[in-house]
Amino acid sequence: MAIDLFYFFVFPGLIFAAITGAFLSWFDRKITARVQFRKGPPLLQPFYDFFKLLLVKETILPKKGSPMIFLLAPVFSVFGATMAGVFILLPLFNITTGFRGDLLVIFYLLTIPSFSYIIGSLASGNPLASVGASREMKLIISYELTFLLVIAGIIMKAGQQFDLNSVISIQQAGTPFIGSISGVLLFIAGIFCLQAKLGLVPFDMAEAETEITEGMFIEYSGSAFAMIKLTKYIMLFVLPAFIVALFMNGFRLEGISILWAILKIIVVVLLLTLIRNTNPRVKIKQAVKFFALWMNLIAVIAIVLIAFGY
Amino acid sequence: MGFKDYCFKKSLWVFHFGGASCNNCDIEILDCLTPRHDLERFGILLVGSVRHADVLLVNGSINKRDKERLLEIYHQAPKPILVVAIGACGCTGGIFAEGMTFAGPVDKIIPVDAYIPGCPPKPEALIAGIVKLAGRK
Repeated sequence: MAIDLFYFFVFPGLIFAAITGAFLSWFDRKITARVQFRKGPPLLQPFYDFFKLLLVKETILPKKGSPMIFLLAPVFSVFGATMAGVFILLPLFNITTGFRGDLLVIFYLLTIPSFSYIIGSLASGNPLASVGASREMKLIISYELTFLLVIAGIIMKAGQQFDLNSVISIQQAGTPFIGSISGVLLFIAGIFCLQAKLGLVPFDMAEAETEITEGMFIEYSGSAFAMIKLTKYIMLFVLPAFIVALFMNGFRLEGISILWAILKIIVVVLLLTLIRNTNPRVKIKQAVKFFALWMNLIAVIAIVLIAFGY
Repeated sequence: MGFKDYCFKKSLWVFHFGGASCNNCDIEILDCLTPRHDLERFGILLVGSVRHADVLLVNGSINKRDKERLLEIYHQAPKPILVVAIGACGCTGGIFAEGMTFAGPVDKIIPVDAYIPGCPPKPEALIAGIVKLAGRK
């Protein structure tokens, strides 16, 4: 029991994932600044933002709306992100527990933050928030099928193994899955799904800053908004870690390989940041078409290639 | 200075309220966020929703209609919030001070923490003002 709580709250869970994610968030902002020939924020900027929102600012409840659900939704989103993080990071760090990180459980847990954002924003009673929530729903409908197809491809590649432990150990015994044609195709589809899950720029229509002013989060202030920031930090670490586990044979934690593990995460985040900085925001219709047609096509082609052994 | 104040000072998110402005101050404020001046190195971000704001930048002369909006925006913002009056119109009323629709400079309507005069103030003056404000807090 105590060890489970330790897993959840301290090492691969809340605190570790949040701190790593905060540094990755700084990395993301710094790279964005360098791409735009700016200097960028200092290293501890995500921590200042988080603690300012948590400790200093007042939390305002919406007058028209449901305050209880409005306040509980960020807590649920932190819970979902942390739970998914625990199930992804335990196999990555070679910690064996009774539960062997099932891919489908991870898939469902990773959708909890998006759904809590939708519930919270609809509970706020703000028209712009409901526009954001409806866009997020359409986005979820479009990218979840692609994400499931990517996971299905990985399961087929791993010889019908459903748990993350065996996916990682099969890759470590042979070659990483990204080293084949089908792996590269699945990786492309997976990266775009990540972009949509994290709400980064080509698919950030649900929280478009310039258009509907943060959309879903428009009514959040103070510590409730700090919880949402925390979820964003955790997701920014957990989702690249998931991609590393699925495609790039996970972490190997001995000697110089630790550097490799860090480098893999940083490369995936760098890729996400560069896509974010070199693309405009697409309309929701274009995003649905992009996932429903092109990304599903790529994923299906990859699965057919896997069936023929490429 | 405590930990809370330090975090607050290091991460000021600004919200821009333009009154009946001639748009020069607006352009200079946006200049601060461009690569040349880059306010993000002090942790300052421009936010779209007043619920996330720590600093309210008010520019332009405030006329009778703007007064209601300004009060509404000020009451919607989560406290503590700092208010900065920008430009000659924001600080004193400037050439509109005797106009018939003029409803008083910003500090007659809401408490103001810093004044940045100029018509319009240069981006350097804006940065200096906001950094001094952060240092005083």
